[in-house]
Amino acid sequence: MDIVIERLTKKYGVQRAVDDISFRVKTGEVLGFLGPNGAGKTTTMKAITSYLVPDAGEIHVGEFSVFQNPEAVKKVIGYLPEHNPLYPEMAVIDYLRFVAELHGIDKSRIRERILEMVTVCGLEGEKHKKINELSKGYRQRVGLAQAMIHDPEVLILDEPTSGLDPNQIVEIRELIKKIGREKTVILSSHILAEVEATCDRILIISKGKIVADGTSDDLRKHAQGKEILHLTIEDADKNEVIPALQALDTVDLADLTKGTENRYEVQSRPELSSRKAVYKLCVEKGWVLTEMTPIVTKLEDIFHELTMN
Amino acid sequence: MRQVWIICKRELNSFFDSLMAYVMLIAFLGFTGLFTWLYVADIFLRNEASLQVFFGISYWTLFFFIPALTMGQLAEENRSGTIELLLTKPVRDRQVIVGKFLSTLILIAIALACTIPYYITVANLGPIDHGAVISGYLGLLLMSATYVAIGIFASSISNNQIVGFLLAIFIGIFFHWVFGMLAMGISGIFGELFNFLSTQAHFDSISRGVIDTKDLIYFFSMITVSLVATEGILSKKHSS
Repeated sequence: MDIVIERLTKKYGVQRAVDDISFRVKTGEVLGFLGPNGAGKTTTMKAITSYLVPDAGEIHVGEFSVFQNPEAVKKVIGYLPEHNPLYPEMAVIDYLRFVAELHGIDKSRIRERILEMVTVCGLEGEKHKKINELSKGYRQRVGLAQAMIHDPEVLILDEPTSGLDPNQIVEIRELIKKIGREKTVILSSHILAEVEATCDRILIISKGKIVADGTSDDLRKHAQGKEILHLTIEDADKNEVIPALQALDTVDLADLTKGTENRYEVQSRPELSSRKAVYKLCVEKGWVLTEMTPIVTKLEDIFHELTMN
Repeated sequence: MRQVWIICKRELNSFFDSLMAYVMLIAFLGFTGLFTWLYVADIFLRNEASLQVFFGISYWTLFFFIPALTMGQLAEENRSGTIELLLTKPVRDRQVIVGKFLSTLILIAIALACTIPYYITVANLGPIDHGAVISGYLGLLLMSATYVAIGIFASSISNNQIVGFLLAIFIGIFFHWVFGMLAMGISGIFGELFNFLSTQAHFDSISRGVIDTKDLIYFFSMITVSLVATEGILSKKHSS
């Protein structure tokens, strides 16, 4: 089920939490929502679940409008809210039953669905415990289990892996990926590695506006633009090396790395790579090339660049 | 209706799981039992086979107990954020409110049902007016439903249970007592108005055995107004 968001705006007082955002998520896609705190991630997610009524804009989940037909939308959405609120005095299994009943799952299938969720989310040992006896990681699993119990077409997860230990994080990511193959998933996070590992597409939002949209490779290319290489060339005179590197066709700028005697930084012209040319040059001149490292722009840098302006 | 029942069932379970229900039942039975049978103006002193003493005590006991039951119903959901969880499931605001209202009312009904032995005992002691007893219970139920609705409204306003409790008492006391007092002191149209707004006047007339449509209209409109106002507050909370 596709999600289409058109010109969504939500104001809190004079501050625009979400400012005229439009995007589309297709079935079989996992969309990662990335942004600094207060960027509008949670607000957008709440609007999709029909919990929050925006000031302007339209949201469609499949064929249903969130504002005209919220009941139909709620049925197909599984939602894990921020901070994962749960009823502390309920036992895990009772809680899952309650949610399953609210979703109108057939009586004969409720047991089977609960057991499946308990298995999938690794809650076998805790299913009869009360929620307030669980650790944060297990509560998070309960939150995920309740979001997925009715096998929803659309999953909205606000920081799904917060509070989980590294092993659990890997498990949950795998689970999300698996679900994402057939369903539509939107998840928010401020852990960049997580978004990179789980999502097909990344949306970076800052101060209520979309500042980047694409796969992690797209974003890298966009931010990086030019290839940068770090070289270490031994048995050569630096006064000879620099002009020779600079003379290569593909090289835009070559210079000695500050504070070193034989390390160089080479920036290529846009869209070109100098790796082969550098190697050939060294062979030709008899220089010993002991290091050639392409510098990968980290998602962190892109994020920083996009959200700090 | 199914959704209402699911919500109601959860609330009832939560009353019993948290011991709230037991505390309420024991305190209610202890309190009404003490004053009905043993203390000051008890049944034996009056020397007549009626449950008027019990109804009079319950009238005040329930007034204070009901806000204690309703105070957390929406305030706690607002505070912990579970209201968001609930309202993003296929449930309408109204179904949540009615479910909570019914759950508390059912608990009160259970408490009242536990006092049926009082009735049986008194009936064995002397000739009792069965009609008056039935209408007395009906009066208590209607009055309770009114205060449960007011309590839920009070609980929806803030995230704090104590505020919910105090506000319910504050709103309730006007209907429970203040309007009745004013009605006695003022004559003319305002006197009539205050008399109509007073729960006491309607409760008294029902518990005497006179079931008048005017009284029923009063109770049902109080419940409706409170629950509709709660719905307004709830939808305003998540739409702004």
